[in-house]
Amino acid sequence: MSGHSNWPEWIYVGVVIALMVWVGAEAWEAERLVEHVPADAKIIKVTGQQWFWTFEHEDGTKEIGELHVETGKAYKFEIESKDVNHSFNIHDYVILMDAIPGRVNTVWFAPTDVGEHDIQCREYCGLIHYNMRGTLYVEEPSS
Amino acid sequence: MVLELQKPRPIWQIMFSTHHTDVGLLYLITSVAFLFMGGALALAIRAELFLPGAQIIGDAMTFNRIFTVHGTTLIFLFIIPFASAVGNYFVPIMVRYKDMAYPKLNAIAFWMIPPAGALIWLGFADFTWYATPPYSIISAPGPAADMWIFGLKILGISSVLGAINFIVTILKCKHPDMSIGQVPLLAWSFLSSSLIIIVAIPTFAAALLMLLTDRLGVSGFFNPAMGGDPIAYAHLFWFTFHPEVYVLVIPAIGMMYEIIPRFSRKPIYSYNSGIFAFVLLSIVGFSSWAHHMYATGMSFTEKTVFMIGTLAAVPASAMHVFNFIATMWNARIKFSTPMMWAVGGIALFFSAGAGGVANAAMPLDFSTHDTYWVVGHFHLFVMGTIAFGSIGYLYYMFPYVTGRMYNETMGKVHFVMSFIGTVLVFFTQHVLGLYGMPRRIFDYPPIPEWIAMNQIVTVGAMIIGVSMAIFLINMIYSSGKGKLANTEDPFGVGGKYYYPFEAKNPSH
Repeated sequence: MSGHSNWPEWIYVGVVIALMVWVGAEAWEAERLVEHVPADAKIIKVTGQQWFWTFEHEDGTKEIGELHVETGKAYKFEIESKDVNHSFNIHDYVILMDAIPGRVNTVWFAPTDVGEHDIQCREYCGLIHYNMRGTLYVEEPSS
Repeated sequence: MVLELQKPRPIWQIMFSTHHTDVGLLYLITSVAFLFMGGALALAIRAELFLPGAQIIGDAMTFNRIFTVHGTTLIFLFIIPFASAVGNYFVPIMVRYKDMAYPKLNAIAFWMIPPAGALIWLGFADFTWYATPPYSIISAPGPAADMWIFGLKILGISSVLGAINFIVTILKCKHPDMSIGQVPLLAWSFLSSSLIIIVAIPTFAAALLMLLTDRLGVSGFFNPAMGGDPIAYAHLFWFTFHPEVYVLVIPAIGMMYEIIPRFSRKPIYSYNSGIFAFVLLSIVGFSSWAHHMYATGMSFTEKTVFMIGTLAAVPASAMHVFNFIATMWNARIKFSTPMMWAVGGIALFFSAGAGGVANAAMPLDFSTHDTYWVVGHFHLFVMGTIAFGSIGYLYYMFPYVTGRMYNETMGKVHFVMSFIGTVLVFFTQHVLGLYGMPRRIFDYPPIPEWIAMNQIVTVGAMIIGVSMAIFLINMIYSSGKGKLANTEDPFGVGGKYYYPFEAKNPSH
């Protein structure tokens, strides 16, 4: 404790603090960009309930368990729940937002490539939570 | 203690005793029993997830009940009572007092644990250790859920009583010749964690009552159908349980502070920075709770605040790691079993902390949250750091408790297998999380990467399982038939030990 100098520890703590500041600043900058929703984003209503997902497009068409979107467009999900907490997740696009009864959470994305991606529930919601899955189909624009 | 095996007493004498070493022994045996019970559930979970489809656990409901009771058991019935066991044995001796400050309160705090454990195990609830509303209110089957709530209520009271006892013992009953700046770091760790318990637990205690009345239908605090808000529960829960993480980890670090200098044959590099880091952790531990809730729809500002609060805890944890490494630097280290566990625990503590920084960074959290990454992350703390420190300390105190030595070879085999198993299980789970596998799922689609990684995890878990069987055999056999220990210096490293052995038990 006493008798020896402590400068290596101070340098070390300084390096750790500097690293944390850097991580925090990078994260802050990235999150700020990610949260900026484009003005022309199309709205898709996402409803979670035990144990499936329902999607409603702006034009009123509804899909259950699958979702069709087009490349080159931005989409904003408005996520809600009918019963217990769920978490809407398209892992390939790092889309994750809880579906909580009584509130609407939003998250957006803009798919770039044609393909199929898994949709799943990532918040424990009971008996068939493990199979509360769906598929996202990203397609070429129709017109 | 040692006399227990040389001059046995009837068991009821120990059970009705209020002496700190007797209560410590009760805590010790109870917590280790729950370690094996909770661990067995983990093996069942891993066996089930070895392949997609239903294997050994027939249905999702049973699986959900198993992981709920697994988590509840190991956190509340193993880690916390084990720390209390160590505290009971060592804290009074370290502050040079004859017993805990309130011996009867001490015994009461212990005796609340068996009925609480019985409620949790007989109920076998399914709503995860987080008891997430509104699921826990409108969907979770009773009476299991209600039994869980009552069990946790009792455990919370037991924790608070124990914490009051440690705080008073350390601050008020220490020897008058001893200043607070001379109290050993292990005792300091109990002071810090007890202070956190006093501040943090009441919040969850309130939330549990609200959950119960919500379940009874007479209130709607967390039930949106009655105008409540489930997010309120999340805040109340994590305001208790993020600091609780430090309640769990700080005593384990304190145990390492006892082991590392002993086997390095050196004083700790910086006693003051150890204290500073404990106190700092206890304070900043309260500034980070909502980093568990980034995905609940928090605003950008809220997320930023809690990210900063979380990152602020990193330098304090890093100071402990530095302290340990600086102590071991250029030391004549004796790698006995306790030392191997402590060093392994530090390595895993560092890994867990590094993963935690990634979690805390807001955009990355959306990739890792509620996936197996998080499972791997906190298990590196609870298993890799806390259980490693605790098991190392159990080996360390074994000669004091039993008067005999454990089998050193078996102890080392136990460590090596557990370390390999822990790395295989929890490092792989991090990667599995990045591949998107959600936590708390009974079954998964046959994605080749998921299958491969789940199989690695299961193999690792089985390695830990086998090593724990070796541990159990070692403990049972050596406590009766092991070589008699030299209780002056059981590990042959010299120096002054704190001897629970010297605690005068009036029953003898």
